[in-house]
Amino acid sequence: MSVPALVAADIFEPYGFEFFRNGTVVAVAAGALCGLLGVFVVLRGMSYIGHGLSHAVFGGAAASAVMNFNYFVGAGLWGIVSGVLIGRIARRRILGADAAIGVVTTASFAVGLALLNRYGQAKRSIEAVLFGSVLGVKTGDIIAVVVVGLLALGVIVVGYRRFLFSTFDPEVASVSGVRVSLMEAALMVMLSLTILVTMRVIGTLLISALLVIPAATARMLTNRFARMLWISPLIGGAGAFVGMNLAYHTNTSAAAMIIIVCATAFSCVYFASGVRGKRRVAALGHL
Amino acid sequence: MILKAAPDNLLVSCHHLSCAYGENVVVSDVTFNVERGEFVGIVGPSGSGKTTLLRAILGMVKPVHGEVGTVKGVRLGYVPQVESVDWNFPVTVLEVMVMTRPQRRVLPRITVAERRSANEMLERLGLGGLGNRHIRELSGGQQQRVFVARALFHNPDILVLDEPTSGVDVRTRHEVLHLLADLHQDGISVLLTTHDLNGLAAHLPRLVCLNREVIADGSPREVLVPDVLERLYGAPMHVLEHGGMPVVLDHAEGAVIKPFRPRAV
Repeated sequence: MSVPALVAADIFEPYGFEFFRNGTVVAVAAGALCGLLGVFVVLRGMSYIGHGLSHAVFGGAAASAVMNFNYFVGAGLWGIVSGVLIGRIARRRILGADAAIGVVTTASFAVGLALLNRYGQAKRSIEAVLFGSVLGVKTGDIIAVVVVGLLALGVIVVGYRRFLFSTFDPEVASVSGVRVSLMEAALMVMLSLTILVTMRVIGTLLISALLVIPAATARMLTNRFARMLWISPLIGGAGAFVGMNLAYHTNTSAAAMIIIVCATAFSCVYFASGVRGKRRVAALGHL
Repeated sequence: MILKAAPDNLLVSCHHLSCAYGENVVVSDVTFNVERGEFVGIVGPSGSGKTTLLRAILGMVKPVHGEVGTVKGVRLGYVPQVESVDWNFPVTVLEVMVMTRPQRRVLPRITVAERRSANEMLERLGLGGLGNRHIRELSGGQQQRVFVARALFHNPDILVLDEPTSGVDVRTRHEVLHLLADLHQDGISVLLTTHDLNGLAAHLPRLVCLNREVIADGSPREVLVPDVLERLYGAPMHVLEHGGMPVVLDHAEGAVIKPFRPRAV
């Protein structure tokens, strides 16, 4: 075989395995989905909420594993309740909202950890939830990610102006008849569902990175909200694809490699973009 | 709250209105109306309840006592303070206008009709040709006018502005004042809050002086008088007259720093 044929065979080698094909499909869909919702996370200055929420969902996942409860129902309910709660805390600007979120979500994380230690097959489950695993991806996971992805896309397209208005100027939006708290709750539910269906692949520790990095990179590349909504998922999906392949060939964690690829893309854009691009990310708030 | 039985020319009504945050009563027993065609300024010191009163009228704060509301069918155009939004947000001037319109189609594209009417409104407010600019690229006065244009985009019966001249330079203040005067001339009613007595309040036809409760209600000549101002600000203040208009010396008596005079050797 010639050298290029060998290289080609090597590049396509992982696709001979079903687990890799399934894993790549889920990772790309997850990357795109996190990229899409990440636009709202980043522009609303909620980067910390994405981080906290993924930790909170871990508690729900652990509790449902220990109680032999369906994972999606248990962790999903837990995630949605904490998401809506966090949204309310953030919106009402209760004193020290970030501290309150920190307490709620880390406590949830700690409860999950303790439950798994005490009752579960601790080590394996914890690692799987924290760092995710492409090996265990089943058809159900693919369906779940794709369904949540299409749902999120549909909701955002149909409610585009209301989401935009309540993100840009919630006060005037509410006076103009937009139900800002409903939009916020919808966003939090979508965020919780996204974390829920992607955590098996990427793991809770790294989900927040995928919610922030593609959107922040997209923000440097454009000054238009509508363009961010397709650039960010593109970066997330492409980062996931490249990361999966690199992970196979370097024998490293897929989640870690996906984030490293996205972070590298961010750094390249950051250094390549002028003062204006840097100012755009500098202006992104945080909570 | 929507008031049903009301005279034709009534737009906004407060009736023995009280608002509180917990135990802290911020607005107490306030009664006043705004009628069609009026231009009313709510004046008072910082923390006097101006913004809370405005928020109660807009339905954002629930009263603890009394009634507040707009008459049925009256459309409010709310113009918040310029600093209330992040001007780095990735949208253009046109998008700021159009996002307030309901999305009638599945895909959120701006229709030709929407683009035309938004551009007409921008043109009317002296912002012609700026529709595709990012909002960060505008001056402070232009940003203020974009907010006014956005509020006018819905053909409101009354414009409600929160501190429209707060944090702006003298030129922008003049621009805003002239713009509001022109709009009023065109038949739009205006209600605003301000703590700028000489720069803005003295030019308005009617002032409601608020310090938790209504201290006085009338024309600048009637209410910008030492007696009312002392009750409003809790300190004696002087009023001069210049060009037929009252000018308030905005320092309390006794608090003036005396010029330094070197002693003769």
